[in-house]
Amino acid sequence: MSDKAIGSDIVSAPIPVREILPWIIFGALMLLAIYFVGAEEGATSLIKGMYVHEWVHDSRHLLGFPCH
Amino acid sequence: MVRSLLIRGMLVGFVAGLLVFGFAKIFGEPQVDRAIAFETAMDDAKMKADAAKGIHDRPEPELVSRPMQASFGLLTGVMVYATAFGGLFALVFAFANGRATELGPRAVSALLALTGFVAFYMVPNLKYPANPPSVGHPDTITIRTELYFAMMALSIAAMAVAAVLRKRLAPKLGVWEAAIISGAVYIVAVMVVAAILPPINEVPSDFPAVVLWHFRVDSAAMQIIMWMVLGLGFGALTERSFIAKGLYRPRLTPALVWR
Repeated sequence: MSDKAIGSDIVSAPIPVREILPWIIFGALMLLAIYFVGAEEGATSLIKGMYVHEWVHDSRHLLGFPCH
Repeated sequence: MVRSLLIRGMLVGFVAGLLVFGFAKIFGEPQVDRAIAFETAMDDAKMKADAAKGIHDRPEPELVSRPMQASFGLLTGVMVYATAFGGLFALVFAFANGRATELGPRAVSALLALTGFVAFYMVPNLKYPANPPSVGHPDTITIRTELYFAMMALSIAAMAVAAVLRKRLAPKLGVWEAAIISGAVYIVAVMVVAAILPPINEVPSDFPAVVLWHFRVDSAAMQIIMWMVLGLGFGALTERSFIAKGLYRPRLTPALVWR
């Protein structure tokens, strides 16, 4: 019992928004990656042909994206 | 700080992806194969019927073979998806930690994963469920994709509103009441959206129901694995790192939290 501290958790201050903002570009890259798995060469297409669609075909179905 | 969170998120996402792939390979792929067998049988029947009428259909050219789709193709898709979600998760965590709740990093991570699963997958899929191959007309792919992403976007927006509302109500009503009320607001909002958006049902009338059921359960299980590993794995690693850096001191001494 003696090693239980009394009081509540000490939580550090949140990371300032201006420190997070430059990293949003990586968030956009992540969304682009998800787009390629989920929708490229289905409803819309950035690259000609059907190769990306065919290559990720099974994961697209199993991850819940509309396909065919 | 954000950099190390982002790298950690992507690494945890990568590990989650490996587990999701293992599950999908063992449980999901047999359902995909059964659905494709159904599709092939339908195509063959149509081709025979057409040939009897003097029309000769050409079979679709195969760009990627089935064994490739079911192995490296599946691996690529799942790994990219899970690693990207790990990175996104870390960025949202960087913003939410210390803002969304007064809880420690592990609890923030776990709750973020739970709400992420509900908003990104569970609710959109209750309206527009995952479908195996041979379910869905090629002609309607555009509208189906638009509706699915619209449902997802509105669900995420409603979840963000609910999170802000919970934070505002908590000092006045207490954390339980604030969470219940904002949770109810989210549920009512997505129910209204789901009632307004048009239904889609393109399941062929003779498609085997058991295959459809198993496929959807496996699809949901893949998401549960991913979000669970993200929420619990990322939270555990981040809390340990925060304690080491003196950014977080739990009420229980670290010796009790980390044996």
